[in-house]
Amino acid sequence: MAAAPFDIPALGDPAEHPIPALKPGAMAASKPYVAAEAHQQPLGFPGELTEGWEKRAVEHMGSLVSKYRSLQVYMDICVKCGACTDKCHYFLGTHDPKNMPVARADLFRSVYRRYFTPAGKIAPGLVGARDMTKDVLDEWFNYFHQCSQCRRCSVFCPYGIDTAEISMAARDIMDSIGQGQKYCNEIIGKVHKIGNNLGLPAPALLDTLEGLEEDMLDDTGVAVKMPIDVEGAEVLLVTPSADFFAEPHVLGLMGYAKVFHAAGVSWTLSTKASEAGNFGMFIGNYDQMKKISMRIREAAQELGVKRIIFGECGHAWRVAYSFLNTLAGPWDFLDPRYPVPQHILEFTNDLIERKGIKLDKSGNDGMVLTVHDSCNVARGARMGDRPGGQFTIPRAVIQASVPKFVDMHPDTICDKTFCCGGGGGLLTDELMELRVKGASPRMEALKDVVDKQGVTHMAAMCAICKAQFTKILPYYDFDREMVVSVHQLVSNAIILGDND
Amino acid sequence: MTIFFAILFSVSTLVFAAGLAMKIAQYARTPAPLKIPTTPAPLTKGGVALRLGREALLFESLFRGNKPLWLFAFVFHLGLAVVLIRHARYFETQVGPLVALVQPLAQPAGLAMVAGLALLLVRRLVVERVRYVTGPSDILMLVLLLGIGVSGMLMKCVVHTDIVAVKAFFTGLMGFELRPLPADPLLGLHLLLVCLLMIIFPFSKLLHAPGLFFSPTRNQTDNPREVRHLAPWAARLEEKG
Ligand code: SF4
Ligand code: SF4
Repeated sequence: MAAAPFDIPALGDPAEHPIPALKPGAMAASKPYVAAEAHQQPLGFPGELTEGWEKRAVEHMGSLVSKYRSLQVYMDICVKCGACTDKCHYFLGTHDPKNMPVARADLFRSVYRRYFTPAGKIAPGLVGARDMTKDVLDEWFNYFHQCSQCRRCSVFCPYGIDTAEISMAARDIMDSIGQGQKYCNEIIGKVHKIGNNLGLPAPALLDTLEGLEEDMLDDTGVAVKMPIDVEGAEVLLVTPSADFFAEPHVLGLMGYAKVFHAAGVSWTLSTKASEAGNFGMFIGNYDQMKKISMRIREAAQELGVKRIIFGECGHAWRVAYSFLNTLAGPWDFLDPRYPVPQHILEFTNDLIERKGIKLDKSGNDGMVLTVHDSCNVARGARMGDRPGGQFTIPRAVIQASVPKFVDMHPDTICDKTFCCGGGGGLLTDELMELRVKGASPRMEALKDVVDKQGVTHMAAMCAICKAQFTKILPYYDFDREMVVSVHQLVSNAIILGDND
Repeated sequence: MTIFFAILFSVSTLVFAAGLAMKIAQYARTPAPLKIPTTPAPLTKGGVALRLGREALLFESLFRGNKPLWLFAFVFHLGLAVVLIRHARYFETQVGPLVALVQPLAQPAGLAMVAGLALLLVRRLVVERVRYVTGPSDILMLVLLLGIGVSGMLMKCVVHTDIVAVKAFFTGLMGFELRPLPADPLLGLHLLLVCLLMIIFPFSKLLHAPGLFFSPTRNQTDNPREVRHLAPWAARLEEKG
């Protein structure tokens, strides 16, 4: 196990989930790097804090509150009941009370109250209203970057107050005054400049795809293609760039290719839309989200495809499913028989149900699987045509591919799923302590099924979850290769060649 | 006392109604630019109405989130609802069927309301996490409601007030006619606190009552792929290109 300069939380029994005692200030020193001018300017944000930023921050707050009903309503109606206090994985893992969703939201609410409500103007002390000061800003920077925008809190709040919306707004305000977060803004810059989050230029992509084709030919004897920029293909596949890069992501990418091959559906990737992720959401910026989404529209039009399918990535699927029509629609130039966009799991599941592909579970012999529901899929999007399809469809595909499947504790799956600990733009090394501690509720539930049910692997359907787990599993004495792509399992099980 | 309360009651009713209307109008006017229902979410408007109905009447999410709190809050709100319905009799000349129905429940409902509030207050002070997020206004609000409940119960069960005269006062007030209010200190306190509550309502967290119905995570239909959802300000961005 990696020697960590911080305590690794002890894992208990997920059925008991004790609520920790408060440790005020436990994570007061945790913060990501501040974005430099070079990361800020390409996004149209000021390079640094300058004279009068307090006023500009408050003005921007006013404009956001008038543009987002969620924000306006959530600022006013929280009753401080505390039902959300024990629901955040970062609070459970770090014990820092400012990581309780209501306390996090109050960092924002205290400023809103001061400037936008009669009570906060007349009697700030009574209602906990605060002036916008550097101290407040520092607190914002620390704690709004300790929220993975997973929305678990919103499930249990009697009014559906979604702290993710508040974190997004806070980050947008910080960007607008020159206090951005390096990790997210640098990545968005790469999307605009090179086309994807990892900054892989087109030649590197082509190279990778060729290599993967050779690997698959060696492995299976079948010439499975990985087409890119093919005009007139039926399907445009948009997938997180991690799929071109690292394991287990890339094993999933080969799975998608095999499914398309076996189903005989023509498809293509695009160098222009070589990234499904949309970090515009993490920084709460509508313009950036729109701009990043428009690349997909342009790629689809240029290539003349009929359908768009997204690969395995949680927040990418939320933006795609919930926002793409808004941000980059209407999609009337695509084939109306298919929803826009589709998820690769919807596509594969449909083929399995129609017997359009054949799977042989022995391809995954010896594996006992569990699945990690990714937050943005579980609580922010859907698959299929029924509510909750995002839970049943991935399970159906996994169960069709593996000999044995078990679910983790019911309080930790489906819409109650616990974040991997690295979502929301926090997948960066300087936040390692937060990431490791925030993962503890998930690790606890995983350990439970490993110990009691012999689980060997955990499937994930999100690039961030996969990257986070491969990094933090060793801290909890698990093998980093325990985490697998859902389509990696399909890839191992699919029968190629005799489907014609 | 009669004139003082006549004025105070009129003013606070006005503040309550106008303030609430303004807030509701503000919520209704503020666009929701993106579809953000917490999923799994209903696919139809009827489904959304059911979801909101379950939240408003049964506190469904709170039930999933925290059972003791659900119980305290439910007991309080149920008691409050019955008591409010019962109070209608002080404003109507003819007692309606609903009021008649809850009539015998008035006393237990009043007790439930006070007990629920007391439990909520104790919880707020005893549970460390909840104490951490509690501000002075949260405590004052509970104390205010407790004051209303306790003074009301005292009048009902211990020191009875001239209820016929109270009713005459309010029915008169509604017809812009001044009829004397009994000079009873307990009644005075009760009415004073009620007026205070009405005045702070539109400026406080009590807005959770109308706010629930405007919460996008709860009131949106899950159909973003089928229907394009575009807020007016976002549509203007689009025209600019
Ligand atoms: S959105 Fe997730 S990370 Fe953020 S406060 Fe809520 S539970 Fe915690
Ligand atoms: S559950 Fe909702 S209303 Fe209660 S404290 Fe948390 S955010 Fe506020």
